[in-house]
Amino acid sequence: MTLASNILENHTTPTGREEAWRFAPLARTRGLHEVESAILDRPSLKVAGSGSGFSFTLIDGRESLSKTDDVVVLKVRNGTSHVQELKIEKNAVIAEPIFLSRDLSGSSVEVAEASRLVIRAGSHSQATVVIENAGAMTLAEEIEILLEDGAQLRFVTLQEWSDETVHIGRHHAIVGRDATFSSYVITVGGGFVRLLPTVEYAGPGSSAELFGLYFATANQFLEHRIHVDHAIPHAKSRVHYKGALSGNGAHTVWIGDVFIRAAAEGTDTYELNRNLLLSDGARADSVPNLEIETGEIVGAGHASTTGRFDDEQLFYLQSRGIPADEARKLVIRAFFMEILSKLALPEIEERIAATISKDLQGVEL
Amino acid sequence: MSTLEIKNLQVSVETEEGSKQILRGVDLTIKSGETHAIMGPNGSGKSTLAYSLAGHPKYQITGGTVTLDGANVLEMSVDERAKAGLFLAMQYPVEVPGISVSNFLRTAVTAIRGEAPKVRTWVTEVKTAMADLSMDPAFSERNVNEGFSGGEKKRHEILQMELLKPKFAILDETDSGLDVDALRVVSEGVNRIKSNSDVGILLITHYTRILKYIKPDFVHVFAAGRIVEEGGAELAEKLEEKGYAEYVTA
Ligand SMILES: Nc1ncnc2c1ncn2[C@@H]1O[C@H](COP(=O)(O)OP(=O)(O)OP(=O)(O)O)[C@@H](O)[C@H]1O
Ligand SMILES: [Mg+2]
Repeated sequence: MTLASNILENHTTPTGREEAWRFAPLARTRGLHEVESAILDRPSLKVAGSGSGFSFTLIDGRESLSKTDDVVVLKVRNGTSHVQELKIEKNAVIAEPIFLSRDLSGSSVEVAEASRLVIRAGSHSQATVVIENAGAMTLAEEIEILLEDGAQLRFVTLQEWSDETVHIGRHHAIVGRDATFSSYVITVGGGFVRLLPTVEYAGPGSSAELFGLYFATANQFLEHRIHVDHAIPHAKSRVHYKGALSGNGAHTVWIGDVFIRAAAEGTDTYELNRNLLLSDGARADSVPNLEIETGEIVGAGHASTTGRFDDEQLFYLQSRGIPADEARKLVIRAFFMEILSKLALPEIEERIAATISKDLQGVEL
Repeated sequence: MSTLEIKNLQVSVETEEGSKQILRGVDLTIKSGETHAIMGPNGSGKSTLAYSLAGHPKYQITGGTVTLDGANVLEMSVDERAKAGLFLAMQYPVEVPGISVSNFLRTAVTAIRGEAPKVRTWVTEVKTAMADLSMDPAFSERNVNEGFSGGEKKRHEILQMELLKPKFAILDETDSGLDVDALRVVSEGVNRIKSNSDVGILLITHYTRILKYIKPDFVHVFAAGRIVEEGGAELAEKLEEKGYAEYVTA
C-alpha cells in the first residue's frame, strides 16, 4: 500500500478477497465492515461496583496508542470523540477482579455502535479485568492496553452474546519492560464475531500469554486473528487457543501470526491451536504463521490440529468402566477445562461450562 | 471362582495394505487367583492380545471366543468389559489433559461399583492406596497422566487396579521403564492386591526381574501371534538365558 494505511480515507470497503477478510461472511456484518456505513459513538462499558486502586472515566480525545490498518478499527477511531479509560494505579495490587459490562439501554442491533477503551496498568500494579459482553448488539470496538514496567495484568473478555450479535474488535496490548500480560478470550456467543488480539512489546523481559476458547454452534461465525510482534529482544509469548464446533454452518477461524523481527534476539514463542469437530457441516480454519528474521532466539514453534475425538482418550476412559457417551462429555469438558481452569475464576468457569453443556444437548456425539 | 477363557482367538488390524492378521489362534484359560506370565519377542502380538481383550476398536476379531464365566466378552462394549471385571494396565497409558486424577478415579469407581463412593471413606481409600504406591498426594490434582514420567504412569495404572478391584487384570509391560525401587513398589502393590483379592493376572513382560517379585503360576511363550510353549516359573529363566531363537522361525 502506498498511502498511509492507518488512515480510514485511504481504505475501501473489504470485498472478502483481502487476506484479512477472506474467511469472513461479509454479508452477515450488517454493514459494520463498510467504510461508509454510519456508526454511533456510544461509550457502552460500565463498571460493576467500586474499589480502590483504579479509576474508570470517560476522557476526550482521539489519540491512539498504536497503529492499525484494520478498516473497522479505523472506523471506530474516526467515529468516536471519547475514550473510556480504566486506570490502574501504579503499585496497586487489586485482588478482586474489576468487572466491566455492556450497558445495552437504548441500544439496538439495527444501530451499529463504536466503543473505545484504554486500560492503563500502572507500573508494578497487579490486577484482573473482566469484560462481559452479553445481549444483542452490533458493535465495533477497540481496546488498547498499556502495561507499564513490571505490571501484571490478567485481561479476560467473555463473548456470551445472543445469536443476532455482530461484534468486530481489536484488543491491542503494549507490554512494558518486565511486564506480564495474560489474556483470556472466551467466545461462546454471537452470530458474527471477529476479534483481533494483538500484542507488541515495549521493553525486554516482557511476556504475553494469550489463551482462548471458542465454541461455535450452527451458523455461528467466530474468528480470532492473533498477531504478536516481537520487535525487541528478550520477550516471550505463548498462544494457546482451543475451539469446538458442532452443527451445520458452524465456522471458526483461528489465525496465529507471530513475527520475530531481526532485532528480537532472545525471543521465546510458542503458539498452539486445537479444534474439536463434533459434527459434520462444521468448518474450522486454522492458520499458524511464524516469520523469523533472526536465528538468535530461545525458541519458536507452532502447532495446529483439527479433528474429531481422540479415540485413545475415549478408549482409556471407557476401559475404566465409563460409558461411551459419558466419556465423550468428559473429554469435551476436559478439552475446555485445560483453558478455563487457568482463569481461576470459579463462577465464570461454571457459567461457561454450563453454556457449553447446553450447547451440547441434543448433539449426537 | 471366575474363569477367563480365550479360545482360538484371531485378530487383525487394518493397515494401508489391507487387513493384517496379528493373532493366529490364541488359547489361554485363566482362573481366579492364578498368575500367568506371557513373554515373547517384540511385535509378536502381546499388546494386541491385551487390547483385544479390553475391546480396543482398532483390533478386529476375525475368529475365536473370549468368555468370562461363560459370558461372551467379545460382544461387550469396552466399558461393559470393565464392569464385568476386566482391567488393562496399559503399556503406554494415555494422557487426558483437563481431567484431574481425582475426578477420573471417582468417575471410574462410580461407574464400576454402580454407585458413587461415600465422600469420607473415598478420600481415605485413595490416600491410602496412593501412599502404598509411594505416590505423592499432589498427583490427585494433576491431569490424568499428563506430564507423568514413565514410572509414574505405571504406578497410576496399578493405583486404578487397586481401586477398581477387577476379577482379571492384564498388566502389559507394567515393569518396563521402572527403576529398581519403583519396580519393588509396583510389584508389592500387585502382590497386595493379590493377597487381598482373588484377582487373576495376565502379566506381559520381557524380563524375569518382575517375576522374582510376582511369582507366576504359569509362563507362556508368545511368538508370531500365538502361544508356542507353556511351563512353570523355570521356563522364564530359560527364556532369559537363551532368548526366543528356538521359537522364532525365519
Ligand atoms: N496399524 C497397524 N499397521 C500395521 N501393523 C500393525 C498395526 N498395529 C499393530 N501392528 C503390528 O502388529 C504386531 C504386533 O504388535 P504388538 O504391539 O501386539 O506387539 P508386542 O508383542 O506387544 O510388542 P512389544 O514387545 O514391542 O510391546 C507388530 O508387528 C505391529 O507392527
Ligand atoms: Mg506390547
